[in-house]
Amino acid sequence: MGRPTIELDSKLVQYARSLAKKITDDVQKIIDEHSTVSTERATLRLLGVDGVVGEEQVPLVNVVLDKLKEWNMLDQGAFKPVVSAAIVLDKDVQQVCEAIADGLDLRTLPQPKRNIYEAFSQKLVEEAVARIKRKSEERDALLRELGDPPKPYKYLIVATGNIYEDVVQARAAVFQGADIIAVIRSTAQSLLDYVPYGATTEGYGGTYATQENFRIMRQALDDAARKVGRYIRQVNYASGLCMPEIAVMAAFEGLDILLNDAMYGILFRDINMLRTFTDQYISRLVCAYANITINTGEDNYLTTADAIEKAHTVTASQLINEQFAIKAGLKPQLMGLGHAFEINPDIEDSLLYEIAHAMLSRELFPDCPVKYMPPTRYMTGNIFKGYAMNTLFNLVSSMTGQSIQLLGILTEAIHTPYMHDRYLALVNANYVFSATRHLGDEILFRPGGFIEKRANEVLKKAVELLEHISDVGLFSAIEQGIFADIRRSREAGKGLEGVFKKGEAYENPIRDALERELGVKG
Amino acid sequence: MNQQKLVKPYGDQLNDGAVQLSFTLPIEFGPLAREAAKKFCEKLGFYEVTIATMEDLHEGYTFFVVYGKTDVAVDVSSIKVIAPKIQRLPREKIDELVLQKFKRPIVVVGATIGTDAHTVGLDSILNMKGFHGDYGLERYKAFRVYNLGAQVPPIELVRKVREVGADVVLVSQVVTQRNIHIQHLTELMELLYAENLRDDLLVIAGGPRITHELALELGYDAGFGSGTTPSEVANFIVQELLKRRGL
Repeated sequence: MGRPTIELDSKLVQYARSLAKKITDDVQKIIDEHSTVSTERATLRLLGVDGVVGEEQVPLVNVVLDKLKEWNMLDQGAFKPVVSAAIVLDKDVQQVCEAIADGLDLRTLPQPKRNIYEAFSQKLVEEAVARIKRKSEERDALLRELGDPPKPYKYLIVATGNIYEDVVQARAAVFQGADIIAVIRSTAQSLLDYVPYGATTEGYGGTYATQENFRIMRQALDDAARKVGRYIRQVNYASGLCMPEIAVMAAFEGLDILLNDAMYGILFRDINMLRTFTDQYISRLVCAYANITINTGEDNYLTTADAIEKAHTVTASQLINEQFAIKAGLKPQLMGLGHAFEINPDIEDSLLYEIAHAMLSRELFPDCPVKYMPPTRYMTGNIFKGYAMNTLFNLVSSMTGQSIQLLGILTEAIHTPYMHDRYLALVNANYVFSATRHLGDEILFRPGGFIEKRANEVLKKAVELLEHISDVGLFSAIEQGIFADIRRSREAGKGLEGVFKKGEAYENPIRDALERELGVKG
Repeated sequence: MNQQKLVKPYGDQLNDGAVQLSFTLPIEFGPLAREAAKKFCEKLGFYEVTIATMEDLHEGYTFFVVYGKTDVAVDVSSIKVIAPKIQRLPREKIDELVLQKFKRPIVVVGATIGTDAHTVGLDSILNMKGFHGDYGLERYKAFRVYNLGAQVPPIELVRKVREVGADVVLVSQVVTQRNIHIQHLTELMELLYAENLRDDLLVIAGGPRITHELALELGYDAGFGSGTTPSEVANFIVQELLKRRGL
């Protein structure tokens, strides 16, 4: 399916990207000097460490990290001490971690010879990387076998709190026409500094993201996919305090898409900036290598700031997210940059603005599977009006050639979707997408008309904003409340205590290997 | 005594009692599902039940849109509505009013107290983002907001009230079991009295199970239920404080 085009000022586009690059270059320098507890836990998970300890079900990787911190060994990272112990004790890494939970003190152990350590490390790294590769190839094979549904992909959320109930709803949604299923997480999981364990049947406003829940849903979706004869994508959320670990678990279980924004946690979850920037980098390395598409969260800006007045903040953030993604080796095909249909429906010609903004995202990121979010802010209890708004949303998506369509739910702002709310969303999208399948081929926007002008105007304002951010630095810009009208201080926010400066002895051979494989970092 | 005034739903004729319903039954799409839906509506007291559409949701679920008529009527003369009295002023006007009369922002402390972990109600009133396109209190120049989040022990909340010299306390209770929200709300009120803070404070409760009537019974100044917008709360706070402080 083709899509219409508009003319953007190409010099301005180039300049915008160079500004975004400079902004993120400055941040990346700081990222490279730091690591986080979640990064180190993800490293242990990549080495195969799993399981929980005691009645409290504390993840083993958390127990180990707490011990390393207690022993003042954290600044060398988790890899070296744990792998060294495996060598001198002749155990595998999982056994070493279990022994630490049982009281083993790594400070008492001798160091292995460097050449033995290096050979052993290399073997472990190769195994870890191969595990991800294998899974991603498995997914590719299934995608080829079943075939890719036409875009925009219809994306639906299930959120019962009970993974087994989610499975029923997800399967029903697939049979009704959904292409992508996201299991939304339990309220406030993003603020947990650990990943819960096992299959879970209770949650509020969503279901805990656990590796076992990932596996259960993956199996159910693959089964349904075979029945309907089209590939079904699975989504979860690598945001919050455990971005790197969720990315690793998703890679192990073959998820297709992860919500992953370089700034969302800072702005909307009050997570410390340094923590988020550092975590997003590692999590994106994993996504890039595992062939997982990231979805960024620019749509959220428009739920707090005005969608017309602040449209350029979405564009600026998309450009910043793009540069961070490039630094982590993500190809455009894996960058699901976000935007949203959130303009006040009472505004005259609101649809023209929506089309202009949607076209801007398409035109700026032609190779990215852009994620388009439905109206939420102006959804009221009037479900009938809401349904009409969702129809226009679907129309704009189809005619402008968006890729990932998070379907609007008519009961948005009332309750989490009922089963038939999702069904009605699919009825709407199936109708609109089929009715307008080739509309994009036929549309020509008037050169110099409202839509083209508006898109360029937003771009121009985005450039002005990027200039300002480039001058003051991204940290200060966030402190000034530039995104979503929310101010966050660099010295505050959750998870700051889990950030540390890498010591001279710091090692993370898995990360080094990912960087090497992806061709980032010289 | 008021004269009875019986009212029934209105379709296109007075007292026709016409109602539309939609729901899903966990029954496989088919004749049995249709009969079950009809019976269900009849049990609800509807007659002339019409299944306008029934659709297959798969996995053993069926969706219905149903029309029916009812003889149930309510006597509106017997209903009393207790609600806080407020005038709806726009945000700019509130900001201006507070600047003029208080000469400083009104200090608001909000929390979800006790075991309740849900901040959705509290956040929708306090957070910048607001609710239904209506900005939260953080957005107003008129307020300085301290949002303490969820599971705050009442004693913690009281400490914060003293520390920041709060003018207003907002307490949210969303998910509760066996009316534990009433215990929590009572405990907080008792603490505020014990600490001699009650009289100078505006204390407001909110949540899906809170009504203005219940809040007044518990000694609160107001109660706001589901669907309350931040601007309603903002207006109540400002107007009530102006009145109380004779400004």
